[in-house]
Amino acid sequence: METLYLLADGFSIALTPQNLFLAVVGCFLGTLMGALPGLGPANGVAILIPIAFSLGLGPIPSLILLTSVYYGAMYGGRISSILLNIPGDEPAMMTCIDGYPMAQKGQAGEALSIGGVASFVGAFVATIGLVILAPQLVKIALLFGPAEYFVLFTVAFATLGGVSSTNQAKSAFAAALGLGIAMIGSDSQTGSQRFTFDHIHLYDGIDFLIAIVGLFALSEVLIFLEHHRGGAAGSSSQATKIGRILPDFKMIKSCLPSIARGTGLGFFSGVLPGAGASLGSFLAYSLEKQTVDRDGKTFGKGDPRGVAAPEAGNNAAAGGALVPMLSLGVPGSGTTAVMLAVLLQLNITPGPLLFSKNPDVVWGLIAALFIANFILLLMNVPLVGLFTRVLLIPTRILMPVVAMISFVGIYSITGSTFDVMLMVAFGFAGWILRKLEVPLVPVILGILLGNQMEVNLRRAMTISDGDWLTLVGSPLAIILWMIAIAGFVLPMFVGRRMKARMEAERPE
Amino acid sequence: MSDRIFGGFGLALAIFYIWAASIIKDSFMVDVVGPRAFPYIVGTVLALTSIYFIVRPDEEPRWPIMRDLMEILAATVVMFLYAWFLSDVGFIISTTIATAYLTWRLGTEPLWSLVVGVLTAIGIYVVFHLILGLALAEGPLGF
Repeated sequence: METLYLLADGFSIALTPQNLFLAVVGCFLGTLMGALPGLGPANGVAILIPIAFSLGLGPIPSLILLTSVYYGAMYGGRISSILLNIPGDEPAMMTCIDGYPMAQKGQAGEALSIGGVASFVGAFVATIGLVILAPQLVKIALLFGPAEYFVLFTVAFATLGGVSSTNQAKSAFAAALGLGIAMIGSDSQTGSQRFTFDHIHLYDGIDFLIAIVGLFALSEVLIFLEHHRGGAAGSSSQATKIGRILPDFKMIKSCLPSIARGTGLGFFSGVLPGAGASLGSFLAYSLEKQTVDRDGKTFGKGDPRGVAAPEAGNNAAAGGALVPMLSLGVPGSGTTAVMLAVLLQLNITPGPLLFSKNPDVVWGLIAALFIANFILLLMNVPLVGLFTRVLLIPTRILMPVVAMISFVGIYSITGSTFDVMLMVAFGFAGWILRKLEVPLVPVILGILLGNQMEVNLRRAMTISDGDWLTLVGSPLAIILWMIAIAGFVLPMFVGRRMKARMEAERPE
Repeated sequence: MSDRIFGGFGLALAIFYIWAASIIKDSFMVDVVGPRAFPYIVGTVLALTSIYFIVRPDEEPRWPIMRDLMEILAATVVMFLYAWFLSDVGFIISTTIATAYLTWRLGTEPLWSLVVGVLTAIGIYVVFHLILGLALAEGPLGF
């Protein structure tokens, strides 16, 4: 009951004209970025963080803007999957398999609306799940001491590679790289200068935004250059011929069970560490295929249920992923890591205390998610024609503009050209790491969580007076260690198989 | 082979990191573990994983051919120079040049690239500076 009061308060914050306007802007930009191949939710949010911050928006308005972008990108990903057979972002990969054949049969409009409705149901139910589950997780998290927190961060890094990771050593290297970068600057506990080499720009450490925008957005520009992908993603005939938009009632009805199953699976893979939206949509699609189409008669040939299930799955996972991020302060995926960066940039530390100290932030954010869902449903079903046209913008113009906007964001927030150069260096490093298949998300998470992880370790050691056994000193800590070890070791056995299965389903 | 080189590079980085951690000076405040313990752990993980890359390298990634590699390097240098000269020549001029270069390399006709560059620079200036009020680099000309 108390939850409902808090949520009502949240709505009164989110429904002010300014915040509503920001939600509309965020949903629009998000759908746009999701629709464009190469600009996923993580990139989109990362580029906009410094800009939202330099605009001087308060914490809640910035959060509303950026979470709307996050949800919007999850909706938008299906557009190029269906029309062009190119996933707009990674989680939308599975939507290609049945979405594109539907488009070839002249049912593009119907596929887009089914996907839009499925996205809506998935995201909406997941947001309700967030309201119910997050306060429960907070109760557990309040039992955590510094030692448990240190182990929890270890769990986050150990499971981040996910079950489809093929080389855990590379995930571990990436995490250590990020943690190492986080150590640069003056030590928060004693004030000693660390790794600064008397270089004044380094005294405050490296701003995580510089690393995120460089590693994600700039390295993407370099990837486009490498492959000379300068043309438009779509041709005008593909992007404008979407046919009838409203599917008939029978089609929606036949998809409802698929949407329900996809939502459930997606939400749980979002909540669990190391799964995330890509796995959510993969599982939703595979399960759906096994449930309703055992012999492979219609799936892969344009079955609307094959669009509905993964779309519900990836949007539900996006909502579910916010549960551990908000209640524990530990994100489980790249996009939620960027959302964590949003909170940290606003000086809000997520975790159990957030719910008691800043209830207005939490509930305002959750109310904004509900509102964003309705706006997005409107934008993505009746108005979807607006967004299909963006696929006509050639990337040779788009990508340089994206690069320049990321420079503008970083410069306006730090006012330092040194930081802009540092960002270019991160962009190049990101390109090399991608080539070597070193995942970038652990690097980001390491930079974001490094200092908190160390602080918790040092607090735990101070409490135990230097006894390292305190890290395994409680049943809770031991359970967390077991999860961490299982999460790290399991992919070594099943990772290749999972990856091969996901690759086998991949179109092209 | 790439992974082995990468591992060697990582190992060098780890050794440098551990050395740099060892010279961190204590301040007047102290706690039980001190400012060096966590960096040592991080450095050790870097070193161990790097050794693993040397011993068990993955399959060779698909590196771009020489020409494309130069393309990447050149773009990085252009973006680097952009940052270097940003405050000397101002936002509009440097953004025009950098955008024109990138869009040209992505396949726009040279003359059109210049048009795209000018339009991008002015567009961003109008939207982000004049409308939204963000601070952009001011050169000697004031823009």
